[in-house]
Amino acid sequence: MIERVGAGILAALAWIGDVTLFGLRALREAVRPPFEVGEIVRHVYEIGWRSAPLIATSGFAIGVVLSMHTRASLERFGAEAMIPAGLALALIKETGPLTCGLLMSGRVGAGIGAELGAMKVTEQIDALEAVAVDSFKFLAVTRILACIIAMPLLTSVMDFCGIVGGFLAETTISGMSWELYFRRAFSLIEFDDFIPSTLKTAVFGMIIGTVGSYLGFTTTSGTEGVGQASTRSVVLASMLIIVSNVVLVKLIFFLFPEPA
Amino acid sequence: MSAGNAPAIRLERVTKAFGSRKVLDDVTIEVPQGTAFCLLGRSGTGKSVTLKHIIGLLHPDSGRVLVHGRDVSRMKGQELSEVRRSMGFLFQNSALFDSISVGENVAFPLRRHTDWPDAKIREVAKAKLADVGLENDFDKMPADLSGGMKKRAGLARAMALDPDILLVDEPSAGLDPITATEIDDLLVGLKRKGTTLVVVTHNIPSAKHIGDELAFLHDGHVIAQGSAEDLERSDDEMVRTFMRSEGSG
Repeated sequence: MIERVGAGILAALAWIGDVTLFGLRALREAVRPPFEVGEIVRHVYEIGWRSAPLIATSGFAIGVVLSMHTRASLERFGAEAMIPAGLALALIKETGPLTCGLLMSGRVGAGIGAELGAMKVTEQIDALEAVAVDSFKFLAVTRILACIIAMPLLTSVMDFCGIVGGFLAETTISGMSWELYFRRAFSLIEFDDFIPSTLKTAVFGMIIGTVGSYLGFTTTSGTEGVGQASTRSVVLASMLIIVSNVVLVKLIFFLFPEPA
Repeated sequence: MSAGNAPAIRLERVTKAFGSRKVLDDVTIEVPQGTAFCLLGRSGTGKSVTLKHIIGLLHPDSGRVLVHGRDVSRMKGQELSEVRRSMGFLFQNSALFDSISVGENVAFPLRRHTDWPDAKIREVAKAKLADVGLENDFDKMPADLSGGMKKRAGLARAMALDPDILLVDEPSAGLDPITATEIDDLLVGLKRKGTTLVVVTHNIPSAKHIGDELAFLHDGHVIAQGSAEDLERSDDEMVRTFMRSEGSG
């Protein structure tokens, strides 16, 4: 029993090591020519722009729900005036980035894993190499970079839509004006609140792109393997996002300490 | 042997195993420039693996793979990329890029490796498709093609850069006899223009038509090599039986 658990832990560590090396190789290749700018732009469009409706809708809905919960809590203390600020802080610092990361790991991580996995089992990756194209750079590096670029942008969209959703929920109940809501929402938000927590999603993007690409490139066993690559991309990327978020939040607190 | 008079392709004592299974065992093959070499053998005997060694998709556990005198098995990066530009590869299952049209598949190597204007690239891609009888299928997606049409489109893509060396994995598999003959004639035409061909096939009439030299792979070894007549007179019963077959594909 202990041996099996030990072997499982070692296998997991070996996998994390392989994925880490894959990601580091991608970062190294990203700064070497050719830069495949056209492919990166195409993937930013595919990954970023095409995910915008999902992110905007989700952000809006989360804003409405957060507003209702915040009101229910703060009403007890007569602190309704704090609703916009509380909601904006919660959204910008944590709810927006993490939710966006998890949604994108589902939408994009699965797509990358399945697409590259299908290309692997149908020899399309070998075909790229055969026409003298660096498949790693063309397929993996471009997708990873696109995820890194798209994530902070999508997180900003989610934050904005969440605040709009929160406003609509609040104004329906209390009739608060947009100007007042907006002023109160940003009364406690500072540069140090928005930038680090938004930029940390670039790390989430790195995780989503790297895990999906790695699992796609290492797919075996035909269509069954493609399905597994897709599913595992979502599960593992989501797990790594949640775990890395703990480290990133701690790091942000260390680099940008909260004022006393 | 200097690179100047080297054969186009030479495999020297190449051995390759996947796990405990030895697929190629001390294989030595030489293909002179401008000739056609046909690799025969039963399924799973390492023919496709041999082709993938020549283009550097696989590396041997031991031995050397020389292309124009340069050892592909030791190459990486830009150097390997340059050698690959002089080669075309038709995959057994065509391996067309399924997210772009048939025409763009053929145009892809041209877009990557030439600075030609778009109009010229499209013109050349259309001409290559016309060579394989797909001149009307430029805008179709690979999923809309039959297996035989995919094979021909794959061949057009392999020929896009007018390679010195063309590696062809089962060119007539899945094709009707007339189209298969047309493809064979196309390959013979390319050989006459100086292209070196390495063709993996189970189709004996096709191998006899295309090949200057034939080799029979079995259990990782080349057990017979020479002209079609040589193989028909082989001491090995399996080789003689194989050569008498009319196997398609």
